[in-house]
Amino acid sequence: MTMYHFIVFLPLAGALIAGLFGRVLGARPSEIVTTVFLMIAAGLSWVAFFDVGFYGKDLRVPLFTWISAGDLKVEWALRVDTLTAVMLIVVNSVSALVHLYSIGYMHEDPHRPRFFAYLSLFTFAMLALVTADNLVQLFFGWEGVGLASYLLIGFWYQKPEANAAAIKAFVVNRVGDFGFALGIFAVFAMIGSVGFETIFAEAKSLTGKTIHIFGGNFDALTVICLLLFVGAMGKSAQFLLHTWLPDAMEGPTPVSALIHAATMVTAGVFMVARLSPLFELAPSALTVVTFFGATTAFFAATVGLVQNDIKRVIAYSTCSQLGYMFVAMGVGAYSVGMFHLFTHAAFKALLFLGAGSVIHAMHHEQDMRNMGGLWKKIPFTYAMMFIGTIALTGFPFTAGYFSKDAIIEAAFAGHNSMAAYAFYMTVIAAALTSFYSWRLVFMTFHGETRADHHTYDHAHESPLVMLIPLAILATGALVLGFAFKGVFIYEEGVEKFFRHSLFSHDNWHILHAMHEIPGWVPWLPTVMMAGGFLVSYWFYMVNPRLPVALAKQQDVLYRFLLNKWYFDEIYDFLFVRPAKAVGRFLWKKGDGWLIDGFGPNGVSARVLDVTRGVVRLQTGYLYHYAFVMLIGVAALITWFLFKGAA
Amino acid sequence: MTLNSLMPVLPELVVVIGAMLLLMLGVFRGEGSTPIVEVGALVVIAIAAVLIFMQPSAPAELFGGSIVIDAFARFFKILILIGAAAALVMSMPFWRNHKLNRFEFSVVVLLSVAGMMVMVSARDLIALYLGIELMSLALYVIAAIDRENVRSTEAGLKYFVLGALSSGMLLYGASLVYGFTGTVSFAGIAAAAKSPSTGLVFGIVFLFAGLAFKVSAVPFHMWTPDVYEGAPTPVTAFFAAAPKVAAIALFVRVAVSAFPNIALSWQQIIVFISIASMVLGAFAAIGQKNIKRLLAYSSIGHVGFALVGLAPGTAEGVSGVLIYMTIYLAMTLGTFAVVIAMRRDGGQIEEIDQLAGLSRTQPVMAFVLAALLFSLAGIPPLAGFFAKFYVFLAAIQGKFYALAVIGVLASVVGAYYYLRIVKIMYIDEPAQRFLPMPRAVAFVLALSGAFTILFFVYPGPLVAAADAAAKSLF
Repeated sequence: MTMYHFIVFLPLAGALIAGLFGRVLGARPSEIVTTVFLMIAAGLSWVAFFDVGFYGKDLRVPLFTWISAGDLKVEWALRVDTLTAVMLIVVNSVSALVHLYSIGYMHEDPHRPRFFAYLSLFTFAMLALVTADNLVQLFFGWEGVGLASYLLIGFWYQKPEANAAAIKAFVVNRVGDFGFALGIFAVFAMIGSVGFETIFAEAKSLTGKTIHIFGGNFDALTVICLLLFVGAMGKSAQFLLHTWLPDAMEGPTPVSALIHAATMVTAGVFMVARLSPLFELAPSALTVVTFFGATTAFFAATVGLVQNDIKRVIAYSTCSQLGYMFVAMGVGAYSVGMFHLFTHAAFKALLFLGAGSVIHAMHHEQDMRNMGGLWKKIPFTYAMMFIGTIALTGFPFTAGYFSKDAIIEAAFAGHNSMAAYAFYMTVIAAALTSFYSWRLVFMTFHGETRADHHTYDHAHESPLVMLIPLAILATGALVLGFAFKGVFIYEEGVEKFFRHSLFSHDNWHILHAMHEIPGWVPWLPTVMMAGGFLVSYWFYMVNPRLPVALAKQQDVLYRFLLNKWYFDEIYDFLFVRPAKAVGRFLWKKGDGWLIDGFGPNGVSARVLDVTRGVVRLQTGYLYHYAFVMLIGVAALITWFLFKGAA
Repeated sequence: MTLNSLMPVLPELVVVIGAMLLLMLGVFRGEGSTPIVEVGALVVIAIAAVLIFMQPSAPAELFGGSIVIDAFARFFKILILIGAAAALVMSMPFWRNHKLNRFEFSVVVLLSVAGMMVMVSARDLIALYLGIELMSLALYVIAAIDRENVRSTEAGLKYFVLGALSSGMLLYGASLVYGFTGTVSFAGIAAAAKSPSTGLVFGIVFLFAGLAFKVSAVPFHMWTPDVYEGAPTPVTAFFAAAPKVAAIALFVRVAVSAFPNIALSWQQIIVFISIASMVLGAFAAIGQKNIKRLLAYSSIGHVGFALVGLAPGTAEGVSGVLIYMTIYLAMTLGTFAVVIAMRRDGGQIEEIDQLAGLSRTQPVMAFVLAALLFSLAGIPPLAGFFAKFYVFLAAIQGKFYALAVIGVLASVVGAYYYLRIVKIMYIDEPAQRFLPMPRAVAFVLALSGAFTILFFVYPGPLVAAADAAAKSLF
């Protein structure tokens, strides 16, 4: 038994205890068991982080042979390197804090054991994902977090919107997972193994090879990487497959903080980082990654500008920040992307939990138009949200300042054909981020309150159990960037810290190049941040009628943004309705009419018809009976006459 | 001819003389003698059965070859005696309950049994006709035995008129066969009929039409539902059991020993009436609300299945028919025992709906009936499955694939109406209880249920006996 057994399996144990025996144990013991287990796991994760990251104690913990069928051999092993260690602390720390926070946030819910069981189950699946030693194990965790996400989004199953959102999340992820699965098949078909070590060792030999699909030959590595990236797009809510993430806010807010901000949605980023030796050999695939990342960063930020639901603003912000991470991946600055993943987990979880605290204070009011002036009522939450906001917008020396600005610099320094596009998109998105983040703060906490008197008067600060996680995360949001920038951004630090867990070779120079850019570039994001802040201040503090007038004047643009670029409507038209129509056709015509009609129902109806006819023959009249007998004889005679006696 | 040479027909003589004695007893002692006559009839049947068991296994011929006592005949005679005895046993409480003290019933049953015994031993057309008429005349009478009841008399009359028509056909066919072969003995006909001439085939058609009427095969079945419904239930039980078995035996013997060289011709007839019977039995039974009518169609269907075994004209097929009829006899008697036990204060109940919830009011009865119905539907491991198995196996071996497939499909349709009764008994809301089952009826039901359920444990003796009996024909 190593420490890693405990890190991975303590959450599973917690989930089983709370899930199977929660009713017997009661809510409070379930909460305590799962939370304490997670805290132990989180503590051990930090030990592991320093062990692996700074003392270089990489290891592989084989557990058992999972699948052995023909050529396919899948081992279950815990792969522990720096990349895994970073994910371990992100997952377990945030999860432990969210568990703790949920004790306060969910205290009125009658199904707490189930909730905590799901949370711990999610954590276990996420740990299985990040410790994966092969693609199939990764896929197990991938599907496990998808399942837990589905269960938690639909946790309040009495709400139809929650159920719809859960199903939407599941179905959209199915699209991505389909690509992912095909990618795994393609890897196995080309390399004959799904283990990471073998794949990375063999990957080079694949350069120049082609794969035959759809009647054409395509570069095998590009196809494989693009298919895998489709999976990442689904899980990380990238442009085109992003629609499920805002709807997922129907779940309880701690869930949004854990799954839909800090951990699960970053699985796609992690996957690209994990497979960086493969992606690095497929430059066209990396270009595609850059494009989608940049587009998502910009698109989600624009939509975030006009949303009124406090959680949806943060959800679009998450979507946008995930785009940043993919930009970093796309230009080859894997450690920088991981850095943003790392800091983002802290400040985005902080923002979500802060929003949860606001919602808790406002008795489940989520519309910012019904808030305002709350800073006097909930000053601690306000302070925490303020810290989260400056970290997100990249205020100098906060976490976001280091990680996000590094991505923008990497995009500038990158030299794939989409790098310039990515640079402009991320710079604009930085301004938009600043605007909508401050808009959120101003609308929620400042100005005259727009809440009704009763709600406003009863608004109260959250209990201590909810505030402690906020304080811890706020500390992280302030110091993580400064503390770890050396090992995530600077070339020498990265090479010592990540070693072979990320792609690296001798003429790998993006980290070097991004520090040799013109002097104005590093200033640009900060300027953008300041600009966004000022416009936001002007709009929502100085002249609050201006946004309303602007929305009226630019009605088309406003509606376009408010309706999220009409993606839901387009998908509804393109996919949902045709699918439903096909379903209805197959149901009514295919099954009901054709199969039932000619199958069971039809046959039984015909049987009854025949029965009715036969019964009607039985008239009770003697001469009918005699007639039938004679007909029988006559028929037989006729048969033999025509056929001949033989 | 010495008296000793009559020894092989001693069982028949016992039955006939016993019938006469009991008739005298009844005539002179009046209706009060009914219980004695009934017991006497059972004793006569028992003696006859014992005598049959004691007969040497070598075949014996009498009356210039008109009558043969072989394994086949003995097998069927035992079945006939069992069927008659069971019907008599179940009839006793029935008559008591209905205040019908007709000693004639037992006497007439004995006479019909004598007729059936002649039928299964018949080796020429004369003996065949004598046996059939002796049996039939007796049956016409007992169909109408409840002579104050309109339905009973109607049943008797219909049966009589249509039976007369069928006898006419049979005689006409027999005369054609005689005309084209110059002999009435089956062996002689077999020797003479080497190729199917038109006249001979016409003769076979008419002859078989008459026989098909007796086994109630489609399209000569029309009398069956009406007579089964109209006749008193013990009479129906008797009709469904012994005479049907005897008629099938005769059918088999005529087909196999009189026309072995022109099998291709009669096989077409058999295939036709077999398919028609299976299909019509299955479909028509679905529409029935009266359990006796339903069982009438059920018996039509079963005759169709039994004839599947005759179609290939092989020893295996005939053996299958013998097994089928044995199992059919057991299942039918048990089922009719339940029908006789469906009685409330108001009288006899015949509606299927009234079985509702029987599993809760009379669970043992419901269980045995359910087993019998599953068996009738041919569901393993009950006896009815093996009955169908052997005949279908013979049909497949004889390359009668279409016949076997249609048979299996018909049994699927047929399963529906049997299972519907099980559903009514086990799922529907209980109807009123029936009166307790008379002990004699319960006895028959128990024997039948035990045989049906436990047959699969030890099928060997029956299969061996059937094989031996079938071989004696070839």
